[in-house]
Amino acid sequence: MNGLLVFLRRLEGPQTVGHGRAFWIVFAIVLAGACAYPLVADGYTVGNTAYFFVWVFIALSLCLIWGYGGSLSFGQTAFFGIAGYGYGVLTINFGSAYGFTLIALLLAIAIAALFALLLGYFMFFGRIAGVFLGIVTLAVTLMFERFMAQTAGPEWHIGAARLNGFNGMSAMPPITIPWFGEDIVLFADIGLYYFVLGLLVVVYLSLRILMNSAFGNVIVAIRENPERAEMLGYDIRKYQLITFVIGAALAGLSGVLYTAWGQYITPSSMGMTAAALPLIWVAVGGRSDLTSTVIGTLVVLSAFQALTIYGSQYALVFMGVLLVLTVLIAPNGLVLAVMNLLSRLATRGKEGKR
Amino acid sequence: MDIATLLFSALYQFGDAFAFLVLSACGLAVIFGMMGVINLAHGEFIMCGAYVTASTAHAGLPLPLAIAAGAVVSALVGALVELVVVRHLYDRPLDTIVATWGLSLIATQGTLIAVGSTMAGVGTPFGSFQVGHYSYSIYRLVLFGAALGVLAGLYMLFNWTRFGVLARATIQVPHMAAALGVDTRLIYSLTFACGAGLAGLAGGLYAPTMTLVPTMGATFIMEAFVTVVIGGADVFLGTAPAGAVLAVVKSAMTSWQGQLFGQIGLLVAVIIVVRVLPKGISGFLLRERT
Repeated sequence: MNGLLVFLRRLEGPQTVGHGRAFWIVFAIVLAGACAYPLVADGYTVGNTAYFFVWVFIALSLCLIWGYGGSLSFGQTAFFGIAGYGYGVLTINFGSAYGFTLIALLLAIAIAALFALLLGYFMFFGRIAGVFLGIVTLAVTLMFERFMAQTAGPEWHIGAARLNGFNGMSAMPPITIPWFGEDIVLFADIGLYYFVLGLLVVVYLSLRILMNSAFGNVIVAIRENPERAEMLGYDIRKYQLITFVIGAALAGLSGVLYTAWGQYITPSSMGMTAAALPLIWVAVGGRSDLTSTVIGTLVVLSAFQALTIYGSQYALVFMGVLLVLTVLIAPNGLVLAVMNLLSRLATRGKEGKR
Repeated sequence: MDIATLLFSALYQFGDAFAFLVLSACGLAVIFGMMGVINLAHGEFIMCGAYVTASTAHAGLPLPLAIAAGAVVSALVGALVELVVVRHLYDRPLDTIVATWGLSLIATQGTLIAVGSTMAGVGTPFGSFQVGHYSYSIYRLVLFGAALGVLAGLYMLFNWTRFGVLARATIQVPHMAAALGVDTRLIYSLTFACGAGLAGLAGGLYAPTMTLVPTMGATFIMEAFVTVVIGGADVFLGTAPAGAVLAVVKSAMTSWQGQLFGQIGLLVAVIIVVRVLPKGISGFLLRERT
C-alpha cells in the first residue's frame, strides 16, 4: 500500500508541468468531458476525434525522445509504418478470431520496438548525437517509404497479405475484443473511441510516472549535459537506447491504431510530410512537457483539419509557417508558454492572498 | 562482353554515382562544416536551381548560362533565408533542423501551388556514345567532370582566397576570428549562400536528366545526407572520399539488384560506418594526421 502511494506520488514532479489539487481537478473534468463526449456527438465526429487521439501517441513518443531525451528523431514515422504494416500483415493472415487482433497489436508494436533496438544500438553505441541522429533516422524513414512504395507487384506478399506498393494495404480487420457471447468489434466510432481514450489516459499517466522517476531524471540530465551525466556514472548509451525503444513502441502503437482505425495503411504515411507533421505538433505544443504535447497535438490537428476543408493546398504552407515561427519566437512551444504563464499567475495570486 | 567493356561500364557507373553524391552533398557539407548546421531545406534549394535553370532555358538562354542562373538565384534565396531565419538559430543546431524543415514544407507546397504539379523539362544535351553493346550518355561524363570541377573550385576558394582564409579561421575558433576583426556574421551569411548556390548548381546540372516536380528535392537529400554523415565536417577530406566509397557501394548494389537496393546499400553502409567511425571519414583522417 505504501509502495503504491510512493508510486502514485510520481504522477507529479519536476519533469512535468501541472501539480496540486487544481491541476488534477481540471484533469478529472477534462477526462469526464471526454468520456461524456460520445453522448452528445454523432458517430462520425466521435470517430474523427478518435483519429486525433490516435496521433497523440506518436506525438508523445517524439516528446519523450526529443523533448525529454534531447535527441531529435525522424524515425518515429518509420516505426509508425512498421507497426502499421505489421498489424496489417498479421491480421490479414491470421484473421481476428479469439482476440487475435489484440495479440497482433502487441506483436506489431514489438516488431517496431525490436527494429528500434537494432537501429538504436548502432546509433547510440556509435555515439551518434545531435544533428546526425536526426539525419540518420530521416534517411531510414525515407528508405522505408521508398521500399514500400515499390512493392506493387504480386511477388511482394507476406503470406496472404499483398503489400500493394503505393496503394498500400487495406481491408485488415478492426481491433476485436473477445467477449462472452459475441465479440466486440471496434469500428471507427464510439467503441474505438473509448478504447483509444483508455489507452491514452494509461499511457499519459504512466509516462508522467516514468519521467518523474529516477529513470526520467537521468534522461533529462543527459539532455542537459551528456558528459556530466556520464561522469556521474550513468551509461548514457543504455538510457538513450531504452528511451528510443519506448518511443518506438509508442509510435508503433500509433501506427497500429491508425491502421485499425481506417483499415488501411499506405507508404505515404511514412513520407516526408508524414514525418513533418508530428514534429510540428510537438514543437508548437511544447516538446519538453507531456501535457502541452497532448494539448498542442489536439489543437494543431483540429486546426489543420479545419484548414484542409477550406483550402487544402494552403494548409501545409500554413503548417510550415507555424513551425518556423514557433522555432523563432517561442522555441519551447506555444502551449507550454501559456501553461507556464497560467501557473505563474496562479502562484502570484496565492502570494497576494497571504 | 570482354573485360575492357565490362570495366568501362563499371567505371562509368561509379563516375555517375560519384558525381551525383558529390554534387548533391557539397552544398550541404559546406554549410555543415562551417556552422555545424544541417540545412534540411537543401533539397528545396536543389529544386529551386532546377526550376530556374529549366525556365531560363525555355526563355532561350543557352544551357550553361541557365545552370549558372539557377545557381545564382539559389544563392540569393539562401542569403535571404540565412538573414531571416537561420541567423537567429546558430546557438541551437537542433532547432535549425526543425526550422529549415518548416521552410522545406513551405517551399515544396508553395511551388506546387504556384507552378503546378510538374514543369516542362529540358532535353539531355550531347547525345550518347557506344562502347561494346551498350550506349552511354555523354552528359553523364560532363556531370562527372562538373563534380571534380566543383571540388577543385571549392579547394581553391577555401585555400587560395582571402574569403577562404577568413572562413577557415571562423570555422576553427569563431571568437578568436571575431576578436581579430573578422566579420563572422558576414562570413556565415556568405557561406550559407555559397552552400545554397552549390545546391542550386546541382539542381541546374541535373535538371536536364530528370522530371521537374516540386518534390524532386527528396530524391537528392537522402544521398546528400548520408554522404555528409559519413564524410564528416570537412569537404575535401570528408565529402570527396565519402562520395567515392559510397559510389562504389551504390554502383555495385545497383548493378546487382537495381536502384532501390543501391539506396538500401547506401543506408546500411552509413549505419555501419557511423558505428565504426563516429566522427566520419574526415574525423578519422584528421585524427590519424595529428
